[in-house]
Amino acid sequence: MANEMKSQQPDAERRKLLKCMMAGSAGVLWSVTGGVPMPFSLAGEALAATGNFTFMQISDTHIGFKAPANPDPAGTLKDALAKVGAVKPSLLLHTGDVSHLTKPEEFDMAAQIMKLAGMETHYVPGEHDTINDNGKSFFERFGHDKRTEGGWYSFDQGGIHFVGLVNVVNLRPGGLGYLGPDQLAWLTADLKGKTASTPIVVFAHMPLWTVSAAWGWGTDDAAPAIEQLKRFGSATVLNGHIHQVIQKVEGKVTLQTARSTAFPQAAPDTPGAGPGPLKVAAEQLKSVLGVRRVDVTGEKVALTDATLAA
Amino acid sequence: MSARRRTARLAATLALPLLAGSWIGWHSVAAAPTSSEVVIDEYKFGPATLTVPRGTTVTWTNKDDDPHTVVSDSDPKLFKSGALDTDDHFTFTFTEAGTFKYFCTIHPRMQGTVIVQ
Repeated sequence: MANEMKSQQPDAERRKLLKCMMAGSAGVLWSVTGGVPMPFSLAGEALAATGNFTFMQISDTHIGFKAPANPDPAGTLKDALAKVGAVKPSLLLHTGDVSHLTKPEEFDMAAQIMKLAGMETHYVPGEHDTINDNGKSFFERFGHDKRTEGGWYSFDQGGIHFVGLVNVVNLRPGGLGYLGPDQLAWLTADLKGKTASTPIVVFAHMPLWTVSAAWGWGTDDAAPAIEQLKRFGSATVLNGHIHQVIQKVEGKVTLQTARSTAFPQAAPDTPGAGPGPLKVAAEQLKSVLGVRRVDVTGEKVALTDATLAA
Repeated sequence: MSARRRTARLAATLALPLLAGSWIGWHSVAAAPTSSEVVIDEYKFGPATLTVPRGTTVTWTNKDDDPHTVVSDSDPKLFKSGALDTDDHFTFTFTEAGTFKYFCTIHPRMQGTVIVQ
């Protein structure tokens, strides 16, 4: 899958990517201009400043998870927030699975840890945050943004139009993630007044493209949402759910999943593996968890993924 | 979760003497309550289709490191578990004949069927 996605990039881009990989950098900076990603080596300067508006993304904190893949997700979340705190971004996005089991005590612990970071944070729920209550308890706790009844919302900051979508409730038997007609209609209305030069950042938990149908890594009705982003000079879609960095480019729309702060998952459709928590050696754990930095300068959006080990 | 475990244990305790009783006179007590198991493993319900006599109590046990739910497709829901963490159980007794489809609301690609005869 990863190879397939790389092959969608022009050869020149692939050569740059290979050069970057050969450099053995600590992180890869995906500089996105007009939707064309241009990766280059950071040469150990992961999370170095490049833009004039900086925000960050964390995802899949899974507070309450206890299995061997990470007995201490609260600890690794604190590590992640230390990385975020060192950058001092203007805001932080949390792309869902804040909790593991939608339990009040998990939300309590997550809220306490997040509060310690003292960061303006905007949340969307993951399917682990909405078990059996369609997100009611999640939105009560993390829904401070001015939201619609369904929980999706938008706001403007730093010249960027941010859109938080909910694709983890009312999931249908046999299906993937789901936005639904109400949310798609709202998105149309929300984007209508925006000029094409406005940088758009959409964030949602499940990937807004099908990474793996067999593993449930996708959103059934993502296509009409992506279609609406295509008229913008810069549209960036940030997702979580699959606990690893995978990128897809559709014209000027760049979609990218993020690492978890809790535990890794296998590469999509790995034979013999499944979509569940992947146990790695304890000393390797931090090298497969991470945070993302996003620097925006006009329509230029640069994504930097750094592991907790870097 | 502990309440669910207690329920599962109780169901098992009740089912054993009933099964033993049915072994002695099974022709006459064919409709006696029975129990049956579905194991959730590697994001699959096993067996995916379970056929049982009416009155059977079915127990689902989650063996994955990821939580799952067991929720009937029907509206209104005939049965709906909470989040089943690793080794948690959910039980439901099927008193009516019919075909009952269900799925995991967290991972909706996971689907199963109970056929009650």
